This record gives sequence, structure tokens and C-alpha cells, in this order.
Amino acid sequence: METYTAMRHFADSWGLLAMALFFVATVLFTLRPGARKGAQDAADIPLKDD
Amino acid sequence: MNYTFSTISLAVAAFLALLGAGMAHDSLFSAHMWVLFFVLLGSAIVMLGRVKFSPAGKTLPQHPPSEYFDDVVRYGVIATVFWGVVGFLVGVVIALQLAYPELNIAPYFNFGRMRPLHTSAVVFAFGGNALIATSFYVVQRTCRARLFGGSLGWFVFWGYQLFIVMAATGYLLGITQSREYAEPEWYVDIWLTIVWVAYLIAFLGTILKRKEPHIYVANWFYLAFIVTIAMLHVVNNLAVPVSFLGSRSYSLFSGVQDALTQWWYGHNAVGFFLTAGFLGMMYYFVPKQANRPVYSYRLSIIHFWALIFMYIWAGPHHLHYTALPDWAQTLGMVFSVMLWMPSWGGMINGLMTLSGAWDKIRTDPIIRMMIMAIAFYGMSTFEGPMMSIKAVNSLSHYTDWTIGHVHSGALGWVGMVTFGAIYHLTPKLWGRERLYSLRMVNWHFWLATLGIVVYAAVMWVAGIQQGLMWREYDSQGFLVYSFAETVAAMFPYYLLRAVGGALFLAGGLVMAWNVTMTILGYQRDEAPMPGAALAQPAE
Repeated sequence: METYTAMRHFADSWGLLAMALFFVATVLFTLRPGARKGAQDAADIPLKDD
Repeated sequence: MNYTFSTISLAVAAFLALLGAGMAHDSLFSAHMWVLFFVLLGSAIVMLGRVKFSPAGKTLPQHPPSEYFDDVVRYGVIATVFWGVVGFLVGVVIALQLAYPELNIAPYFNFGRMRPLHTSAVVFAFGGNALIATSFYVVQRTCRARLFGGSLGWFVFWGYQLFIVMAATGYLLGITQSREYAEPEWYVDIWLTIVWVAYLIAFLGTILKRKEPHIYVANWFYLAFIVTIAMLHVVNNLAVPVSFLGSRSYSLFSGVQDALTQWWYGHNAVGFFLTAGFLGMMYYFVPKQANRPVYSYRLSIIHFWALIFMYIWAGPHHLHYTALPDWAQTLGMVFSVMLWMPSWGGMINGLMTLSGAWDKIRTDPIIRMMIMAIAFYGMSTFEGPMMSIKAVNSLSHYTDWTIGHVHSGALGWVGMVTFGAIYHLTPKLWGRERLYSLRMVNWHFWLATLGIVVYAAVMWVAGIQQGLMWREYDSQGFLVYSFAETVAAMFPYYLLRAVGGALFLAGGLVMAWNVTMTILGYQRDEAPMPGAALAQPAE
């Protein structure tokens, strides 16, 4: 199989799946129970200095 | 401090530029190298004047390493204001050139050479300096660490100014590789790559040595901007020069692959330079100016991942109804429409940061400017996906509607959020109690807003009329209008556009005056803003 075809097939099968799963995982991780406290602390970072 | 290495490097580089001018393969390269020679020679002379002959070990005390490196940010703010005014001015000039062709002064000041001068001046010189300056400011404060790499920040700043000067003089000389928003030729591209890698090292190094455990979301957006622009710049500019001492090069891509590469670059320059970078600005300066945390930190994380996952696919919408395969056009359209969600998520997050403090829009003109920026971010990210739909695009493509859309995003979002950040930064950086004048910020706000509204509204009418005239057939199947007739019909709109641009430029001049006077330490004797006066007795 020529390189283009191989990469093309990878891009619209496993590559696509991996990226979609990574994205879904980041969203779920961000919204996981118990993340609220950490997020509130992080949101205060700019207000703590000078 | 003795900049021995910098001074010697500048002198050696100036000599090499002189050699390049002498042995050039073509006259344009020779002319460009003369420009480079004089710029470097001048810089070397300035640096020589700074050499201090104090005995070894008795040099002036250095800054303690814990202190923030803000000198480069101060230079960056001044450069942003300067290039902003220059870029807006060139914009008004080319708007008038379209209305009055007599204003084209051949060959150096033709529209074809002035237009990339305008786009590069506003996007890369104004926007780029704003991003470099604010990213250096934000990363140090949110990481609680001094900028990494010692004087590397200076190299990034001055190297980037050299890139701007070489790009701008190249356009006027007629040196271009004809790639949209990437017109500089190969040798200037290589220089920008070096500067950009230094920028990445300075930024990433600061994040790595941070004292704050969490990396604040603004830094995520800035880092996405730096990394993606590096990737886009390198791939889009893959080219083979005709000669190592010549100004011409040929792209590695051809045909439809080249077209797609250019718009993959072009659209992501919008997505990552003009959007992700400035969102970093929004996520730091809006909470800071409002003195309240961002509405939802978790929404900002999802905003980030959704934006970077989707933007990269939207480029093909610039190539609807071309030789690009149909599936790729549809892919570009679908991802553009999906982008509506993260964009509006981000807009809501920015606006709702003021939740519970809406009175600040009335009392604080800087907040008002930032909120207007976010509103324009929402408007142009609604308009863009709509225009990417093929049926809409068949009317809007190649018309002035596109120009109007770009400017509502660039003037409204990028411009306004930058102005807000500059007004926030200037008194802090120079240790002033307040700005020279808050009323002048208000003037700037209204001049800029009115300018954008006039510009965008006029371009909507012009673009839709243009599109409808182009596709008008008579009963015999002939086109009703010749192309020249559609151009002539644009005259009143082009004039009004120049009026809108002139209002925006006037706002920029007001800002330049206000910032200059603040830096010089003056305070304008003025009555307090009406809203602020009403708010005070309540406290």
C-alpha cells in the first residue's frame, strides 16, 4: 500500500478513534465529581498576586 | 550590563548582510540585504553606546532572580501601540486606494504591495507584539517565576521586530511568495522560525520552573498558540530557494495540495494566532480587571480542548466549490459549524465572569472594552460558521462580506481585548497610580465601536449586493452585469468603509496619546466618569 493510502486509512480509523476518545476523556476528567474544589482554587490564581 | 555577545553578533551579522548585498543573485535580494545591513549596523552602534568600562566584578547589581522580568513587557506594550497605529493607518490608506485608484503610487505603494503590509502590520506586528508582551507578563505572574532564559526575552522581542521590518520592507520592494498571511520569503521565514523557537523556550521554561503547582488556563491557550503557529509556519513555508543569495523560492506543494496547505495555515492562523492567543489574554485580564475569578474554570478547560480539537479541521471552508475533493469541503464545513459550540462556551464564560458585578460595565470603561471584545468574539464566531455553510458560501465567497467578517473579528475581538489589556497593564508596568485619562478610554471605546459597526454593516451590504450581482442571469441565460459594473457599484461602500476605518484609527491615536502621557507620568485633570461618581457615595 502506498504511504498516502496507508496514512489516510489510519487517519479515518484508529487515528480518529484515538483522538475522539482522548477528547471525551478530557471532558469527563474535567467534569469528574470532586473536581470542583481544584477548579475553584485554580480560578483564583490570577487574583492572588501583586 | 554589558551586552558583549549581542553587540559582536550584531556587527558580524551586519557584515554578513553587506556580503549578501554584494554577492546577491538578484537585485531585489541585494536591496533587501542593504536594508538589513543598515538596520543591523544601526543596532550595533546603539549597543556600542551602552558598553560600560567599569572594572571587572564591579558591574551594576543585577535584578534578584525572583523579580519578574518586566522590561521586555514594557517595550512590548510600546511596540504594540506603535504598530497598531501604523497598521490601522495603512488600512485606511488602502481602503481609500480601492475607492480612488489614483492613490496607487507605482510601484512601491500599489494596493498589491500595501495590502500585505496592512495585514501583516495588524496581525503580526500589532497582534504578535501584544501576544508576546502579555504572554510574558501573564506566564510570570500565574507561575510566580521570573521569565526563563535570562536575556532570551530580549532576543525574542528584538528578533521579532527585525522580522517585522524585513517583512514590511520586503513587501514594498516587491518580494513575496504570494501565500496569504505568509508573504515573507524563505530567508525571513527561517529567521522567524529561530525567533519562535526562542519564544517557545522562554515560555515553556518559565512554566517548567513555576512555583504555582497548577498551570493556569491562560497559559494553556498561549502555549497552544505558540506550538501550533510553529507547526503551521514551518509546514506552510516548506520551499526550495532558487539561490542561497536570492529572493525567490518555490513551494514544495503544488496544485490543490498547495491550496489546502495554504488554507490549513491561513485558517489556523486565525484560529490559533487571533483566537487562542487572545483567549489567553481574556482568561487573565478580564478576571483581573473585574477582580473576580473566571465564571467557570471547568468550562474554560473544555473550551480549550474543544477549540484546539476542532479548529485545525476548519480550513477547507476557504476552498468551497474548488478542485478540492467534495468530502474535504464538507469536512471543513461540518467542523466549522461545530466550532460554534466551544466559541460560544468561551464567550459565555467571559461574559458571565461579570455575573454579580454588571455595574462595572457602566463604571469601568476598560471592562466595557473587554466586554465589547467578547461580544464581538461571539458575533464573529457565529457569522463564520454560518458563512462556511456551502449554500451561504456560494453567495458570500470572494465578496466584501468576507472582509467585513474578518474585520468584525479583528477590530472587534482582537483589537478591543488588546486595548483593554494595554489600559490594564500600562499603569501597573510603569508604577503609575492610574491612567492619564479614563475619559479618553471612553472616547476610544466609542470611536472604535462606531468604526467597527460602520465598517461591518457597510461590508455586509456591499458583499451581498456584489454576490447577487455576480449571479444575476437574464431570461436568455446571460450574465446581467459585467465585472466592471459590480466594481463601480461598490464605490459608496468603499468610501463608507474608509470612514469606519478612520474612526477606528482615531481611537488608536487617542490610545497612543493616553498611553504616552501615562508613561511620562502625567494625570489629566478631569471630572470623574458619571457612573464612577454615582458609585462612590454608596461605598
